[in-house]
Amino acid sequence: MSARTGTEAGHGDDAVCVVRELVKTYPATRGRRGVPATPEVRATDGISLEVRRGEIFGLLGPNGAGKSTLVRQLTGLMRPDSGSVEILGHDIVRHPERAARILAYLGQESTALDELTVALAAETTARLRGLPLKEARVERDAVLDELGLGSLASRPLKKLSGGQRRLACFATALVGERSLLVLDEPTTGMDPVARRAVWAAVDRRRAERGTTVLLVTHNVIEAETVLDRVAVLEEGRVIACDTPGGLKTAVAGEVRLELVWREKAPLDVPEVSALRGSAEETGRRWTLRLGPDEARAAVAAVTGGEAFAALDDFTLATPSLEDVYLALGGRTDRAKGLVKA
Amino acid sequence: MSVVPVEAVAGAVAATGEDTAAEAALAPKARLFPSLAAVYRAQLSRARVARIPLLFVATFQSVGIMILMRGVVDGGSEARAVVAGSSVLVVAFVALNLLAQYFGQLRASGGLDHYATLPVPPSSVVLGAAAAYASFTVPGTFVTAVVGSVLFGLPLTHLWILIAVIPLSGAALAGLGAALGLLAPRPELATLLGQLGMSAALLLGVLPADGMPVLLQYARDLLPSTYGVEAFAGTFDSSPDWAAVALDLGVCAGVGVISLAAATWAYRKASVR
Repeated sequence: MSARTGTEAGHGDDAVCVVRELVKTYPATRGRRGVPATPEVRATDGISLEVRRGEIFGLLGPNGAGKSTLVRQLTGLMRPDSGSVEILGHDIVRHPERAARILAYLGQESTALDELTVALAAETTARLRGLPLKEARVERDAVLDELGLGSLASRPLKKLSGGQRRLACFATALVGERSLLVLDEPTTGMDPVARRAVWAAVDRRRAERGTTVLLVTHNVIEAETVLDRVAVLEEGRVIACDTPGGLKTAVAGEVRLELVWREKAPLDVPEVSALRGSAEETGRRWTLRLGPDEARAAVAAVTGGEAFAALDDFTLATPSLEDVYLALGGRTDRAKGLVKA
Repeated sequence: MSVVPVEAVAGAVAATGEDTAAEAALAPKARLFPSLAAVYRAQLSRARVARIPLLFVATFQSVGIMILMRGVVDGGSEARAVVAGSSVLVVAFVALNLLAQYFGQLRASGGLDHYATLPVPPSSVVLGAAAAYASFTVPGTFVTAVVGSVLFGLPLTHLWILIAVIPLSGAALAGLGAALGLLAPRPELATLLGQLGMSAALLLGVLPADGMPVLLQYARDLLPSTYGVEAFAGTFDSSPDWAAVALDLGVCAGVGVISLAAATWAYRKASVR
């Protein structure tokens, strides 16, 4: 590493992608007939972050938090109003066309490929990444084989199921090697086998080539299992950035207690009515975040006597990233965008 | 699910030891012709899935128009205009109308992102798609020209001119279609513009020009397909005026270059927002 020259001050030793104070505002739109006016929206509001070489870095947040807008600015698809994006030393704001030569991007849409067969989609993409025909075909076969898409190779993407189509699109992101993969919700709609194929392929590239992955997700379970570090976004801002474990220590002292009542909560029981103040109610379900001792006392209270008769079910769980998100001040009504499945 | 230990990753990085310069080396750009060929081939393959029924529609439409017009015109220059107009109409239907719809939908659905994040020259995407759509029209145009010539008793001697007429008027119309599709703010508008363009090609190309009001004649001169029609119609003579044919084709080529350049500009504009 001592041979490194000309690195600008302030970068981590092995930063692949450095984002500073990125701002993008969507202008207000005037209302038309049937279309209500929308106010000005700051989709990214001063975002700064650093992605290190060889890590899987996640962007987690509810729908509309600004994840995709951020990614579009990193891939040169959208110009920020202000701020800087540097990928492997290249200024992407000034030279957006260079992004295509550094990274591979898997967007949420597959319309450009829908009518092609899986094999031709992969081959064409490889050729458009600058590979000669022969190499493109070798890569195509290798990647389709690796992802278990061989049997679907001659079928058009349009005719595949959602998960299979997503996997085929993922294959197009892998052909023509790139050191940075930007994946926008890559596993949406996939079955567990396909998911495993995706993460195995990502891990292989990390081990063999030090590939870096920037992953957009709103799937909390996936975020907890695959990410090295995660930035939690809300309303265009990074509200936290750490390892999933590190973020969870922020709420380490808490456990989550969920109570489901048969019909309604027995508020005439004093212990239950005392809990109500700290509960978040959705229909018959109460969600409480409590210290371990309080939780034990609460469980004892609701599992004995009169309250137990009214109780349908209860669960006690250690905190998840979703709890972290809520503890960080994420708004509850928006948290529904975080899918736990 | 991530099974690779951090040390292994760090080891791999240290082993490659490539991160020395401030700016890492970029992967090569894709060159114009190989990527044009790749886009062309991919687009052509779409025909099997999505386009063949529409090609039949285009051909039937043109043949139907000629059968209708048989009762109206009686040989001579009018018949030539009808056959040439109907043949070029197939090109207008596919290259202008369908390509406008394709790019309109691609833009609206975010499909352009796929190409925009690949290191290809924008012109290769536009030219590849335009060339593929122009190729789709070849069988329909030939069928229409042959049927029309037989129907109106015109000579088949110089039908080979279509080999020049299809690519040149195809370039002009496809460029126009692509530009309309890429510039239209909404996909419905792209469809509408494509349909309007085709209707214009139908009215101004197929109907004999002599009886038109002056204003329509000017509009006819502005439409790129007109020159393809004129060039083709000129070759039905027993001894065609080749200079006039070449001039018309030259105009077609010129318009083609301009409209494809406009389409490339529109593509750049549409792909970075």
